[in-house]
Amino acid sequence: MSGPCTSKRFKTSDNIKHFLISNSVPIIFIGLSALAIPVSGFSAAYLIQEMLTRLARNSFLVLSLLIPIMAGMGLNFGMVLGAMAGQIGMILVTDWAVVGIPGLVLAAIISMPIAAVLGFVCGNVLNRAKGREMVTSYILGFFINGIYQFVVLYAIGIRGMIRIPFTGIDLKIPVTNPQLVLSRGYGIRNAINLTGLRHALDNAVQFDIPVGGASPFTINVPASTYLLIAAFCLFIVWFRRTKLGQDMRAIGQDMAAADSAGIAVERTRVIAIMTSTVLAAFGQIIFLQNIGTMNTYNSHDQTGMFSIAALLIGGATVSKASIANVFIGVSLFHLMFVVSPMAGKELIGQAQLGEYFRVFVSYGIIAVALVLHAWKRYQERERARRDLRGEA
Amino acid sequence: MGGHVRKFIENAGWPRIIIGLFLLSLYAAAPFVNVRVLTSLSDTLVRVGMNGVLVLAMVPMVQSGCGLNFGLPLGIIAGLLGATTSVQFEARGLAGFGFAILVAVPIAAALGFAYAQILNRVKGEEMMIATYVGFSSVAVMCMAWLLLPFDSPVMIWGYGGTGLRTTISTEGFWRHVLSDFAAFGLDGGAFYFPTGMFLFFFMMLFLVWAFFRTKTGTAITAVGSNPEFARASGIDVNRMRTISVMLSTVLGALGILVYDQSFGFIQLYMGPLYMAFPAVAAILLGGASVNKATMVNVVVGTFLFQGILTMTPSVINSLLQSDMSEVIRIIVSNGMILYALTRKTQVKR
Amino acid sequence: MAQLEPLLTMESVGKEFFGNRVLSDVTFSLGRGEILGLVGENGAGKSTLMNILFGMPVISGTGGFEGKIFFDGREARFSSPFDAIDAGIGMVHQEFSLLPGFTVTENILLNRESTKYNLLVEVFGDRLRTLDRKDMRRRAEAAVSAVGFSIDPDTLASEMPVGHKQFTEIAREIDRSHTKLLVLDEPTAVLAESEAEMLVQSLRGLSKKGISIIFISHRLQEIIDLCDKIVVLRDGSIVKETRPAETDIFQIANLMVGRNVESAAERRRSMASTDVALDVDKLWVDMPGETVRDATFSVQKGEIFGIGGLAGQGKLGIANGIMGLFAAGGSVSVKGRKMRLNDPAASLASDMAFVSEDRRGVGLLLDESIDWNIAFTAMQVHDKFVKKLLGGLVKWRDDAAMQAAAEEYIKILDIKCTSHRQRAVELSGGNQQKVCLAKAFVVSPEILFVSEPTRGIDVGAKRLVLDTLKRVNEELGTTIIITSSELEELRSLCDRIAIVDSGRISGIRPATDPAPEFGLLMMGGELPETGSDIDAKGGDA
Repeated sequence: MSGPCTSKRFKTSDNIKHFLISNSVPIIFIGLSALAIPVSGFSAAYLIQEMLTRLARNSFLVLSLLIPIMAGMGLNFGMVLGAMAGQIGMILVTDWAVVGIPGLVLAAIISMPIAAVLGFVCGNVLNRAKGREMVTSYILGFFINGIYQFVVLYAIGIRGMIRIPFTGIDLKIPVTNPQLVLSRGYGIRNAINLTGLRHALDNAVQFDIPVGGASPFTINVPASTYLLIAAFCLFIVWFRRTKLGQDMRAIGQDMAAADSAGIAVERTRVIAIMTSTVLAAFGQIIFLQNIGTMNTYNSHDQTGMFSIAALLIGGATVSKASIANVFIGVSLFHLMFVVSPMAGKELIGQAQLGEYFRVFVSYGIIAVALVLHAWKRYQERERARRDLRGEA
Repeated sequence: MGGHVRKFIENAGWPRIIIGLFLLSLYAAAPFVNVRVLTSLSDTLVRVGMNGVLVLAMVPMVQSGCGLNFGLPLGIIAGLLGATTSVQFEARGLAGFGFAILVAVPIAAALGFAYAQILNRVKGEEMMIATYVGFSSVAVMCMAWLLLPFDSPVMIWGYGGTGLRTTISTEGFWRHVLSDFAAFGLDGGAFYFPTGMFLFFFMMLFLVWAFFRTKTGTAITAVGSNPEFARASGIDVNRMRTISVMLSTVLGALGILVYDQSFGFIQLYMGPLYMAFPAVAAILLGGASVNKATMVNVVVGTFLFQGILTMTPSVINSLLQSDMSEVIRIIVSNGMILYALTRKTQVKR
Repeated sequence: MAQLEPLLTMESVGKEFFGNRVLSDVTFSLGRGEILGLVGENGAGKSTLMNILFGMPVISGTGGFEGKIFFDGREARFSSPFDAIDAGIGMVHQEFSLLPGFTVTENILLNRESTKYNLLVEVFGDRLRTLDRKDMRRRAEAAVSAVGFSIDPDTLASEMPVGHKQFTEIAREIDRSHTKLLVLDEPTAVLAESEAEMLVQSLRGLSKKGISIIFISHRLQEIIDLCDKIVVLRDGSIVKETRPAETDIFQIANLMVGRNVESAAERRRSMASTDVALDVDKLWVDMPGETVRDATFSVQKGEIFGIGGLAGQGKLGIANGIMGLFAAGGSVSVKGRKMRLNDPAASLASDMAFVSEDRRGVGLLLDESIDWNIAFTAMQVHDKFVKKLLGGLVKWRDDAAMQAAAEEYIKILDIKCTSHRQRAVELSGGNQQKVCLAKAFVVSPEILFVSEPTRGIDVGAKRLVLDTLKRVNEELGTTIIITSSELEELRSLCDRIAIVDSGRISGIRPATDPAPEFGLLMMGGELPETGSDIDAKGGDA
């Protein structure tokens, strides 16, 4: 409760604090990495290779988060919906044994309508929960996960689990490859080898950079994946300049004002979530082709958390995120991911500790980002009020 | 007549009625697939006693307007610290259980206090933040379980390593001390009633009910109902919220101790991670909303939710020869939370 | 300046809300390029009239309106604001609707951006056209210069002073190439003197370009300076249509408040005590929209003291500040003892009680029962309705006593409800207000603040509320401070009335003073300032 005259004095220190708060997260992580890298004992070339691989693997997914943030809907915890759609595409394509780039394209084509429908559902649910989009999309992710598990465990296979009475027709999505289906005849195995799709995109255009020195090493650059990511970035830059992008920015700032200017608020929000979900499906396909194996029941779960944590570490907030945040975030997050188990082992003799530290950082960073955002909003409200007070 | 039915449906909400009917049909179908109703009922009751206090831990925060306590793991951690400490000191029997409570409660109160300070600064966004505060605290404790200087041979890794095991048996310490207190069986053991556990549960229900009948409890309810009104009546809103968060956290700690003594194992590391979700789902199933909850909601909700958890594996599995209980659990619990979050409430923010 | 055919004609326009007549037989016309000043007290019907013109859903949702409106040669019956905009009517509201993170350009062209074609439009539709930033900038600059002020079109709205925001809002309306009529609702209320002067200049410029303007303001000098025509509304009817040359601010003020002074207080009670109950010195209150800058007054024991003034001038801030609900400074003494500000508990402990103007937001626990609403404050502040158990260790809620008290007040105040267990949200506005009063009475305060006691309640309840206040004052000697927008209500009830303008007390007069006197005080600014300060300090001592 500072009086009207004290408020001015705090202005400058306020601004410095403002700057530090908005950049504190990347700064802390750069510091942490600077300490942990020497301790871990990894070579620079190794780390660069790891980062290049992981940037290619994850950037597309993280980029898919940008559009809902622009529309003021916060971190799209519902991106796991898209990831699930992508996985269904991958399962079917693997079963049909379509390999290489055509396989990936086919997987994208299959996952797109699924992701669009899920995104549509998600968008409409979030329109019913304005102001608590994040927690709602988060729970929605769990809920749809239940349905996904039902489909993948019981409704896919050589035979269906449920038979429609008197017709003899199985309720099933046919998948016949015994390497995919559980021995009981329906349901997908927990771990799937995506043999024909592995590195299909990464290896389409790629080159090696030899690194000399004491231990010769070649750094592999999956150029085709990077080209795709670059195209996505261009899309986002372009999208921001479209009428639709402008409308989303307007809604993100003030739904009521946008509405009174005649912008179709709810429809635009649904479009934002649908776009994000579809792009997340593509992102998951790129992610999986790089990994080469798929964890049917867990891959998508981690996707959501890791992508969001990475974006936040890059300095994004719940209401503001840029392309730069994505790349900085993915690099820093995965640097820590690679380094921390080794650092933990060297420091305390327990790699397990480093792993838990990793988990802690993923959760903790999201918690901190959410707290900072809420707190900042509170302070901005206070500041606006002080401005309103005028001179006394 | 039709009006009455409609009103009832409106009050209870479709999802709740569907789930209630689903549970009823499970019980009705049980005898036809050779599942003994009496045993199922007994299993359900045991699980109600196990989980009841954890569900009760939702009430204070809901009442004070802090929303659903997704940060329950924080209280659970305090409980686990109490449990491991009592095992470390080889405290056995009821006294050992009491010792665990004595250790856990102050830790829970302290954690709850700190947690409340965060939540008071993020009004309106408590739930998402609570979720991640809960998650992060679980991760911190994962590191702590590795590092804390416990050395009881029943708890640490056998092969010379340091750090606690992921599951620790309470056998020989205080396993079933509450459950078996004045417990009785029927029908040659087909039915078992954990009297002591229910006594404890009802005592907790009574205490929380009584607390909300006091002046402070009334103030907390008013804060949850309309914080501006409370403030205009001279109430320190943040203080009331702090009290409710501390109370919720302490109940979480007690809840996990009750759970562990009945379950027979202490689950560490990532064990508590998702424990908030079933509790949240249960209280919503019982008819609570995001900002109003009663003791009836706790009892009814826990019974319905645990009923489904016990009945689906046995009945559905016999029917379909397939274990769908996990999927049903996910869909029911998250569907319930989703329903509560998207319901148009009359609450003003 | 008026040309052959008027742009806007209103013929016998009237409106009833639920049997409550708020407008009747409003007839006037406005020529092209003319500026019309619309004045009237709060509740005179100005906003209803504008809502009708603008096709707001509140009007169509409550049964439409009577009479006819002709705009631009055609009968106009807009079903939504967007229709009105399409027809060429622009409205600048009192509160800003600018997006803080958008530049001047983006705000002016919000949802009317210039766009360019690209190939993807064929697939995804027109919303994927790209913005033509260059053309947008050009249009924004044109609109800004049309309004007659200069600002960098890339400035963010969040970084602009209030005055510029107002200009940007107007520029937004001007950008619509076909805007023919501009409605400005209190555009100068938030502006500094120099900014207001600039605005007046720019409006003159616009009218020269042929744009007609309806200008709503309570600053009468501005109206006289700017307008071609003045329409005075009172109680929903036009009492005068005149031209600035034919009138002056005193006459307008008179017309606004009316001359029917028969209701003025006849309560010349002997004020037995001259003790000061409440002494307020240099109070400022930071209440959004009702900022109090410097209020000094004192209230005698047993007095009914009124606080009046126009909306947004700060009259509501005074009670809210003293009761600790908004950040406040200055000094407040109760019965000679200085009271801690910014602490509602301290205010309540000083035997004061408050019936808030914001019934649903602050006044009630909507989701709780009537007895909770009535008893809560008394329980928390004065330990009433509390049974001490275990030697005072446990303060148990006494439900029986709460029920008894609730039932008593339900009877006394004639609260229409099913039982004391009914939830407050289910009551009508009048009955909710009675619950709020009961809540205040049950703490038996020595000083009672009541803000807008009759706002939004029906006539019967209004009478009962006012009579009850009077009776409490007479029988229990409670000092009452009433804040109200309705001057007549204050004059019928109070001993003295303070008028607040621009966050300051512009004068304190006995309620028996003629109404126009108060009207002038409300209009502020143009009054001879002498004496008002002295008045404010000394009361009628």
